[in-house]
Amino acid sequence: MSALRPRVQPFSLVFAGLGGAVLLFIVAPLAGMVFHSPVADLAETAGDAEVQASVWLTLWTSMAATAIVAVAAVPFAYLLARKTFPLKRLVTAVVDLPIVIPHSAAGIAILGIVARDTLVGRAAEGMGFQFVGGPAGIIAAMAFVSVPFLINAARDGFAAVPERLEKAALSLGASPTRVFFTVSVPLAWRAIVSGLVLMWARGLSEFGAVVVVAYHPIVTPVLIYERFGAFGLKYARPVSVLFIAVCLVLFVVIRLLARNERHAAH
Amino acid sequence: MLRIRNISKDLGEFAVRDVSCDVEDGAYFVLLGASGVGKTVLLETVAGLVTPDAGRILWDDEDMTHARIQKRGLGLVYQDQALFPHMTVYRNIAYGLRWRRRAAVRDKVRALAADVGVSDLVHRYPATLSGGEAQRVALARALATEPRCLLLDEPISSLDQRARAEVRALLRRLHRQGHTVLHVTHDYEEAVSLATRVGVMENGSIVQVGHPREVFHHPKSEFVAGFVGIRNFFAGHLERMQDGLARFVTAGLVLLVATDAPAGPGNLIVRSEDLVLAPTRTDTSAQNNFLGTVVDLAPARGGVEVTVDVGVELAALVTEPSVARLQLACGLKVWVSFKAAAARYIEA
Repeated sequence: MSALRPRVQPFSLVFAGLGGAVLLFIVAPLAGMVFHSPVADLAETAGDAEVQASVWLTLWTSMAATAIVAVAAVPFAYLLARKTFPLKRLVTAVVDLPIVIPHSAAGIAILGIVARDTLVGRAAEGMGFQFVGGPAGIIAAMAFVSVPFLINAARDGFAAVPERLEKAALSLGASPTRVFFTVSVPLAWRAIVSGLVLMWARGLSEFGAVVVVAYHPIVTPVLIYERFGAFGLKYARPVSVLFIAVCLVLFVVIRLLARNERHAAH
Repeated sequence: MLRIRNISKDLGEFAVRDVSCDVEDGAYFVLLGASGVGKTVLLETVAGLVTPDAGRILWDDEDMTHARIQKRGLGLVYQDQALFPHMTVYRNIAYGLRWRRRAAVRDKVRALAADVGVSDLVHRYPATLSGGEAQRVALARALATEPRCLLLDEPISSLDQRARAEVRALLRRLHRQGHTVLHVTHDYEEAVSLATRVGVMENGSIVQVGHPREVFHHPKSEFVAGFVGIRNFFAGHLERMQDGLARFVTAGLVLLVATDAPAGPGNLIVRSEDLVLAPTRTDTSAQNNFLGTVVDLAPARGGVEVTVDVGVELAALVTEPSVARLQLACGLKVWVSFKAAAARYIEA
């Protein structure tokens, strides 16, 4: 009996231990925060109009940022996956820039082109809205820091679609546009959805860039920081827990929906 | 008529050099070449997926070298079928049918599915199909656009033995229905069983074009000459006998063949290594014995190729010591024998 049981190697044991430590490092602070938030506090926070407004604002601005950028980013990702062109490596590196620069610096950079005295700022004002201190500014800041996640995921998804299928579709008389929408996108769909979710998640958790461009209207990450600064840890915790819970539920729902759609197609 | 004129394309790994050939209306043109000689590149160039470095593609007198893929009227079928995995068989076949009424599309898909024998599979997804079924669907999908010429890239090579015979029969039927076909392969059996014309490709160029008999009896390339038995290639007619034996009749000669194939037209191949030469008729288990005259001796890989005229020409590979011992020379009468089991029959 014991001879049949696979022997646990010390190697695997050590690695599993290391993995456990990392998991604990992620889970422990979150669990601690949840345990330190009494249900009464959470209920009260959930009823707080300022909190509700900030959660809605954060959710819709991050979704808007993702949706607006996706229109251009997904075709761009296809281009990066399929075509070779001069300076492609440089372009790829530029796409990753927002990941590596400090986000407060990203906020300053965004502010530099959307402030009231700039071309973009004046154009926006002409159309009746402004970036600085408005949802448009929040969307711009969120989009800036989160777009690499979508482009990279979608690019990998497109690269995994066999080129032969696209060629077969072309030879059947389909235009490149039709091939893109009927073959490439459906087959890369899972990766694209994954990228959209990542981008959205990155956008709604953004603090640094958003706070520079628009402190008010206040998004939840900024609200958490504000409550921490003004009232302390005890008051920042329930908002954090609430926001994390809302995000988690949404992500799980989206993942499930995307998976069902995938199954329906098979 | 599809006319390929001096096409060159260098893709580094695969290259095509100055290729010209004609595929006449109603022809079944098999382009034969080892893997990696640029056959797929040539097909993709003809189909318009790859732009040639030089040369022209014409249909009769219409230059379509730079025509849009959709306008060429060519149906391309890949070796791995390239069916869309996220669409049912029905939607795969219907993919090329656009801008038509729904009912018209449905009728057309049904007719095509019936024609290639996949009517029961239309609601299945490609992942659930066998190789033979997938290849039928791929053919139906290409036929849906009513191409002037079918371009087939190794359509049989990846299939198992049984599916091969089925798809081969389907291709023969499509050809009989009047479809023009350009078929590239490395497998000479496909050429033997399907081609009305054969082209041989070597190092990215076409080295010989002609009727299959011509090309196989008088190979101009090492590649074709290297095919076992290709020199002893006969077109004829199979008649059933008892016990797994059959009679193959060709040009006045009757050969005994061990095969379970049904009676009908076909081709026979005997490896030159399997032919035995003897000065007198000897009693052996070999069922095929013919008296003939040596007409040619040519050095070949592994010995000497002795050609004996027994009504048709048979080539036997004999070692040099044997040539000396039997004192083989042109004009000498010899007996040629081979076993019924050594003859390989391929249905036409």
